[in-house]
Amino acid sequence: MSTKYVDSVSSVESTAHSENYINAKKGLMSWIVTLDHKRIGVMYLGSILFAFMLGGLMALLVRLELIAPGRTIMGPKTYNQVFTLHGAIMVFLFIIPSIPAALGNFMLPILLGAKDVAFPRLNLASYYIYVVGAIFCVASLLMGAADTGWTFYTPYSTTTGTSVVSMTLGAFILGFSSIFTGLNFIATIHKLRAPGMTWGKMPLFCWGMYATSVIQVIATPVLGITLLLLIMEKVLGVGIFDAKLGGDPVLYQHFFWFYSHPAVYIMILPGMAIISEIIPVFSHKTIFGYRAIALSSVAIAIIGFLVWGHHMFTSGQSELAGMIFSFLTFLVAIPSGIKVFNWVATMYKGSISLNTPMLYALAFLFLFTIGGLTGLFLGTLSVDVHLHDTYFVVAHFHYVMMGGTVIAFFGGLHYWWPKITGRMYSESLAKIACALTFIGFNVTFLTQFVLGSRGMPRRYYNYVDQFQPLHAFSTVGSWILGLGFLLMAFYLLASLKTGKKASDNPWGGVTFEWQTPSPPPEHNFNYVPVATHGPYEYKS
Amino acid sequence: MNMFLLAPFMPLQGSEYAKSVDLLYEFIFWLGVVFFIGIVGSMAYFVFKYKRVGEPRNIPQFSHNFALEVTWSVIPLIIVIVIFFWGFDSYMSNRIAPNDSLEIKVYAKKWQWEFEYPDGTRTLGEFHVPKDKPVKLIMSSDDVIHSFFLPTMRQKMDVLPGRYTTLWFQPTVEGKHQVFCTEYCGDGHSEMMAELTVDSQDKYKEWIENGGLDKDTPLDQLGARLYKSRNCNTCHSIDGTRIQGPTFKGIWGRTERITGGTTVVVDENYVRESVMDPNAKVVEGYERGVMPTYKGLLKDREVNAIIEYMKTLK
Ligand code: HEC
Ligand SMILES: [Cu+2]
Repeated sequence: MSTKYVDSVSSVESTAHSENYINAKKGLMSWIVTLDHKRIGVMYLGSILFAFMLGGLMALLVRLELIAPGRTIMGPKTYNQVFTLHGAIMVFLFIIPSIPAALGNFMLPILLGAKDVAFPRLNLASYYIYVVGAIFCVASLLMGAADTGWTFYTPYSTTTGTSVVSMTLGAFILGFSSIFTGLNFIATIHKLRAPGMTWGKMPLFCWGMYATSVIQVIATPVLGITLLLLIMEKVLGVGIFDAKLGGDPVLYQHFFWFYSHPAVYIMILPGMAIISEIIPVFSHKTIFGYRAIALSSVAIAIIGFLVWGHHMFTSGQSELAGMIFSFLTFLVAIPSGIKVFNWVATMYKGSISLNTPMLYALAFLFLFTIGGLTGLFLGTLSVDVHLHDTYFVVAHFHYVMMGGTVIAFFGGLHYWWPKITGRMYSESLAKIACALTFIGFNVTFLTQFVLGSRGMPRRYYNYVDQFQPLHAFSTVGSWILGLGFLLMAFYLLASLKTGKKASDNPWGGVTFEWQTPSPPPEHNFNYVPVATHGPYEYKS
Repeated sequence: MNMFLLAPFMPLQGSEYAKSVDLLYEFIFWLGVVFFIGIVGSMAYFVFKYKRVGEPRNIPQFSHNFALEVTWSVIPLIIVIVIFFWGFDSYMSNRIAPNDSLEIKVYAKKWQWEFEYPDGTRTLGEFHVPKDKPVKLIMSSDDVIHSFFLPTMRQKMDVLPGRYTTLWFQPTVEGKHQVFCTEYCGDGHSEMMAELTVDSQDKYKEWIENGGLDKDTPLDQLGARLYKSRNCNTCHSIDGTRIQGPTFKGIWGRTERITGGTTVVVDENYVRESVMDPNAKVVEGYERGVMPTYKGLLKDREVNAIIEYMKTLK
């Protein structure tokens, strides 16, 4: 039982720390045209963190405006533009690429024991396509930012005077970046696994990435087509969605959610994938129910395609459609539930260390459980009719997307930071920031469940006085949350300069990335890695 | 008598249906609490019990337990199927309006709600219905998608251009009930509200016989109410700030410059004209065609009320 997961760690280790992917080549050009998945991952990481900052700023503005009814800092038009930007930036520029394109790009080939992804040039292309798409989105800011909400519902979006075309064109272009990453990962996982790494020995992170990639490749084209149709209607006046032109506005919603519900899983599956790595390492225990976790990712990916209509229970769709979508929605809850049980069971009789990545994993379990359970209200037909398009929904998806994916992303960032940068961050500051984020998050969003249940509609610039105390409370929460992230930015940046050098394996993990130096050499390994054991086989 | 313990979470229960929805809400809530305590409770307990001290030693490495995994898959499955059926059943119970329903047409447009009664009575931003009688709303939109949300009845339905959607409820509580628009529709979205008044059957009869007119409220107070309920406040402030239209503060007797070069002093006839035929004289610096016409939507007494109200806005 004491054999290592990688049994060919050889004597090259002594030279390992001198040369790595960061110092192997020098100069700006060596980054701009790099084909190294690690460098592309780092460039993605920088870009999405910038997007996160921008989106976060918009969120703070939205919350500040809502601290009191009526005008606080901006007019209704500006407010509508700001919440649209917040949503669009967070979804398209941050969350969707966050884990796959940034952390996944960096870690997936290493976790598989590969030298790079299957198509390094496609990988670089996907990054530049992301940049172009991002420029379109951000440029729309200067041309009279869209005021439609990130969902671009017709006929509002085809009749408003704001720059919807630039924004949707941006989202359309970003879709290609997402598809390229997905294709690349699928090929990489199929073809570039290290000798001995059967599907059943693949780390669960890779399973999660696989399921995500499949959805990205299948669903994203539908979004592309939808947005193109929308642009055609807006620019050329072709009647597709606008009733005045003989179109059907609800058709747009079907198209949009046919992508955007699976996109919810594009966002959450990678988060789950990270949690499945962190919990075993910090519990020093084999993951409980490897098969169930791996297969539930695949099940979620498949059933996730069949539930889009639950966004439309009040859209006038038929009772029969409502019934089917409600039922399938409940079915898709089961695999997520199974994962949560498995993670908790993994901790049972383990040896649990509470380093920052584990704190994020625990926060994830707490928040994601609330997000999942409140989903039950919304899947239930008659209850959803009351809660639909209120703050209850806003709270629910923030618990899943932010409490789930974003918290998992930061867990992963802290988990792999030593590997990526070769430096350790301040553990004590990191714990404080994690606590601030956790508290701030709950203050901000737990309140919103109550607001929504009491009937506060979403996307409201103004509101009736009875809602004021809860709104004010929620706004204060957003400041605590902001403070947490500010602190995080501070100690992470500081670690680059003054952080202690990271050892190869600071957390005691047994997957491939911990067998290679921190930061890894240009070709990831100084030897040919061979998988002789499963990814979670710890010494007893 | 009220079995519903989560009352602070929910709006008033305006109908029997609302009570039945709340019961289901409550069931899911407590079920969620049980699961949450189970999951997060065991997590917290494990963290406390199995906290790492020194090097990990003698950690039992088990990888699965078939019976356990089947149990925690099947039990939640049964539970969610129960919730599904309950939710579907209560949803269906409120889909088909009874034949003897009072049918009211609802027209939505940016950013107001208009109501039309079977006898031709039209109201804007407010409507009355009798207590204990089923009411069916037949709704359509003039422009973009809106959504008619009556929190106290736990009812909501999107209102679409080029199509009818319906919604019905049977109110059991007299008084005022709030209506919101819950499908985002632009700048005035959050002002796109309406007020439902549930009257006793007698009072309702009197109201509809008067053509939906309020005969008792003093004019200036009625004007203040109409200012909100007819959505003038979406575009006209009373504190001097410029929204989409000129402020009402100090409007009475003000000399306005009109596009085209003339001037006019605000008096009874000018206000009447502005409301009935807004494009006749467009105030300089504002866009033509933004202010909707209220012809046929404001009765004489209501225009008088607005005029009296304006006089108070010094
Ligand atoms: C959608 C926005 C909008 C709504 C709703 C609206 N108005 Fe206006 N109103 C305007 C605009 C814009 C102007 C200036 C252009 C014009 O004179 O037509 C205006 C002008 C006026 C004027 C002339 C003001 C002046 O200073 O000379 C009066 C009086 C007026 N509105 C009354 C009302 C009343 C009463 C209501 C509610 C029953 C109302 N408006 C609802 C947009 C609106
Ligand atoms: Cu609306």
